[in-house]
Amino acid sequence: MQIQLNGEPRQCDDGQTLSQLVEALGLTGRRIAIEVNEEIVPRSLHAQMRLADGDRVEIVHAIGGG
Amino acid sequence: MSQLIQDTPLTVAGRRFASRLLVGTGKYRDFDETAAAIEASGADVVTFAVRRTNLGQNPDEANLLDAIPPSRYTLLPNTAGCYTAKDAVRTCRLARELLDGHNLVKLEVLGDDKTLYPNVVETLAAAETLVNDGFDVMVYTSDDPIVAKELEKRGCCAVMPLGSLIGSGNGLLNPATLTIILENAEVPVLVDAGIGTASDAALAMEMGCDGVLMNSAIAHARHPVMMANAMRKAIEAGREAFLAERMPRRQSASPSSPFAGRINA
Repeated sequence: MQIQLNGEPRQCDDGQTLSQLVEALGLTGRRIAIEVNEEIVPRSLHAQMRLADGDRVEIVHAIGGG
Repeated sequence: MSQLIQDTPLTVAGRRFASRLLVGTGKYRDFDETAAAIEASGADVVTFAVRRTNLGQNPDEANLLDAIPPSRYTLLPNTAGCYTAKDAVRTCRLARELLDGHNLVKLEVLGDDKTLYPNVVETLAAAETLVNDGFDVMVYTSDDPIVAKELEKRGCCAVMPLGSLIGSGNGLLNPATLTIILENAEVPVLVDAGIGTASDAALAMEMGCDGVLMNSAIAHARHPVMMANAMRKAIEAGREAFLAERMPRRQSASPSSPFAGRINA
């Protein structure tokens, strides 16, 4: 299946969880926040949240700004 | 006997801060310089932006939040770069998740790329949504007194008019309207944007502002850490001058030395 990850298409295994995606990206343990289809998915739910074809996933972090 | 007036701490949404200088984290050369400048500024509140994570990055890459640890500073996520209320609200919700429920945010909704002037229509809409969603909203706005009051009515915990355009360093271009905002306000008023050098910050505080938020004035000085130190002193000096209540202005001179006893009398 294909998702949109930070605006770019990405192939994922069917039924992949958000935790598995985060791990595949090498972001486990990093301070990030995730929204799927414009809804926040709390960190505590990443392991049980299964992605679906066409999901729009945003992964953000803190950067310098004023 | 001490003639010093005891100041009260800056209090925003029930949070008390010793420093009235709030700083940003953009435009520094690296995180070491960011950390050193912020330390020199004495700021308690530090703002940052929320952006898409670069995928495929080095997993050991330094993180801004290591340079400004949430255990030491009150972090103030901002919505810089948002041009609609919807995007600003999404960004605040992401920031709240990022910071484990921390709900103090700096709302800014911009109008265009050239001026980065606030779009007050979108800002008002976003403020209302965010306050209803439990956020404590410090809001960047124009120096329009009516808009400032409307934002306050919508429950914003601090109103932050621009001194001049973001990143311009043009100082306080409209002290007259800022004065009206200060007279009307029942929440803290902080100048956010436009500060160029220490005297700009001191002037804002002398006028009675509750604080000043700045980024470029420090980060784009040739020597940011030294400028951060200067800004800390300017904020303190301006605040003390405000509390001390300046002398009246006069049209004519008034000698400081007595006339009596002059040798040519």
